[in-house]
Amino acid sequence: MTNAVKLIVLAIVALMAAIAANYARDLAYMVNALVVMAVAAVMFIVVLRNTDEEVETRDLSGEYMDDVIRFGVVATALWGVVGFLVGVFIAFQLAFPSLNFGWAEGYLNFGRLRPLHTSAVIFAFGGNALICTSFYVVQRTSAVRLWGGNMAWFVFWGYNLFIVMAALSYVLGGSQSKEYAEPEWYIDIWLTIVWVCYLAVFLGTVIKRKEPHIYVANWFYLAFIVTVAMLHVVNNLAVPVSIWGGKSVQLFSGVQDAMTQWWYGHNAVGFFLTAGFLGMMYYFVPKQAERPVYSYKLSIIHFWALIFLYIWAGPHHLHYTALPDWASTLGMVFSIILWMPSWGGMINGLMTLSGAWDKLRTDPVIRMMVLAIGFYGMSTFEGPVMSIRAVNSLSHYTDWTIGHVHSGALGWNGMITFGCLYFLVPRLWNKQRLYSLSMVSWHFWLATIGIVLYAASMWVTGIMEGLMWREVDANGFLVNSFADTVAAKFPMYVVRGLGGVMFLAGAIIMCINLWLTATRAPAIDKASDVRPNGLVPAE
Amino acid sequence: MDTYSLMREFADSWMLLWLFVFFVCVFAWVFRPGSRRVYRDTANIPFRNDDRPAAADKEA
Repeated sequence: MTNAVKLIVLAIVALMAAIAANYARDLAYMVNALVVMAVAAVMFIVVLRNTDEEVETRDLSGEYMDDVIRFGVVATALWGVVGFLVGVFIAFQLAFPSLNFGWAEGYLNFGRLRPLHTSAVIFAFGGNALICTSFYVVQRTSAVRLWGGNMAWFVFWGYNLFIVMAALSYVLGGSQSKEYAEPEWYIDIWLTIVWVCYLAVFLGTVIKRKEPHIYVANWFYLAFIVTVAMLHVVNNLAVPVSIWGGKSVQLFSGVQDAMTQWWYGHNAVGFFLTAGFLGMMYYFVPKQAERPVYSYKLSIIHFWALIFLYIWAGPHHLHYTALPDWASTLGMVFSIILWMPSWGGMINGLMTLSGAWDKLRTDPVIRMMVLAIGFYGMSTFEGPVMSIRAVNSLSHYTDWTIGHVHSGALGWNGMITFGCLYFLVPRLWNKQRLYSLSMVSWHFWLATIGIVLYAASMWVTGIMEGLMWREVDANGFLVNSFADTVAAKFPMYVVRGLGGVMFLAGAIIMCINLWLTATRAPAIDKASDVRPNGLVPAE
Repeated sequence: MDTYSLMREFADSWMLLWLFVFFVCVFAWVFRPGSRRVYRDTANIPFRNDDRPAAADKEA
């Protein structure tokens, strides 16, 4: 019966997608419609082949739902490499413009690939990491299986379908030109549906928990899910021009639209890239260090202070614009206050190792996590500094901003995710340990040196171009043309690209190591009690 | 009074007060007597139930 309903729905979806592809007003919309049609058709065949087959039903409430997490781990690692690769390529496109090939003009030039890079690393790599770790953490800290049965699978596949559709439409020119919110209205609606299901799975699991308290990591994950839903819906309020095309008209206009966009944009950083990843930190760092978080009281204060303050910081993206001064001052003040909870959280993460600092010497995974927390502290110090109006007048529109974003994204989000993947793979594939700890060390050092090259070159080039833009001669005329600054930045662009190559190389080593862990590392012998903590005994 | 002015007035008076009081109360709540023992137990949640969900009869 359910299968009959599923088949009817899938058939209708496939038919509607075919009609949409036929009437499509633009290429991106047509290709996305064809993707939906293909997915619905394949699912139709799969469901059809399983109809009227014997279904084995057994009670699964005694085990965790880890299959979907395994898929999430694989997706995270693969999307990470794709996102870093595109990033390296566009970094070299900036250094060597001839890499904007003539034959691929309009598809693979910088303007088309840049949103592909940002969405691939933030939403594909980061998003899959958040979804799979949140499923892992919420089950273990609630001591129950995921709520909602196969809805977790829908969340995983639905989210990745969103990413594929968004990526295809960027390359083909479908974009509503809002930074980090480029997907057009029909992709936004799909993401909203997936996200509501994600919230339902997560919240349902928390509600039926066996532990009396909700562990702090789940508070952070929940804040991330709820706030992203709110940000996504409000920033994407738009009226489609036609249901057969991607174009839409934004509900807000002018400075209201700009403020909504940066309220969204900065809180995407605050709740997607910070709160969600802090949820990872509060579970995986204590697990890897094998001791509870330094101060649980501090973690609660960290949570409430972070979510109460972050939401106001957006206007610092709009200094010296049509936005009223009081609004940008408000954003600046809250950004500076935000320094306190951020460093409270950093101290809490780092001090979790107190009494276990020797692990830094023996365990490259914890070294990675500690470096991530260090970068969290550094970029949450740099951010408030850059939000000050006077500093922003120098740093805004320069590469300093790009350097800041990457010290946060590569250093904090990237490194903590790598640490979590190294933690998860041996456990999820039932192995005693990782395949190779020296490969983890190689990854650690390649990534670290890569980030240092990236951030240092962007500081130099950013401050340089900021100073060149404002340089005037004795008569008050500008000294440099824009092209002068571009020419002066060349060496730093090459260094930045090399930093990216090193970071990418580290991620590829990680993928090989994780693959070999899943296939070749010794399995856990049920009789003996070897735990997969991946540790080497200290000498 | 138009809607904007009404909401604006509410936002920077009663709502501001409520948010601030809530924020201060969180700090007071965290440091309430006896919280240390509760939080020691809560902080150890990650070290339980690693391999499988808690048994069905173990309620809260």
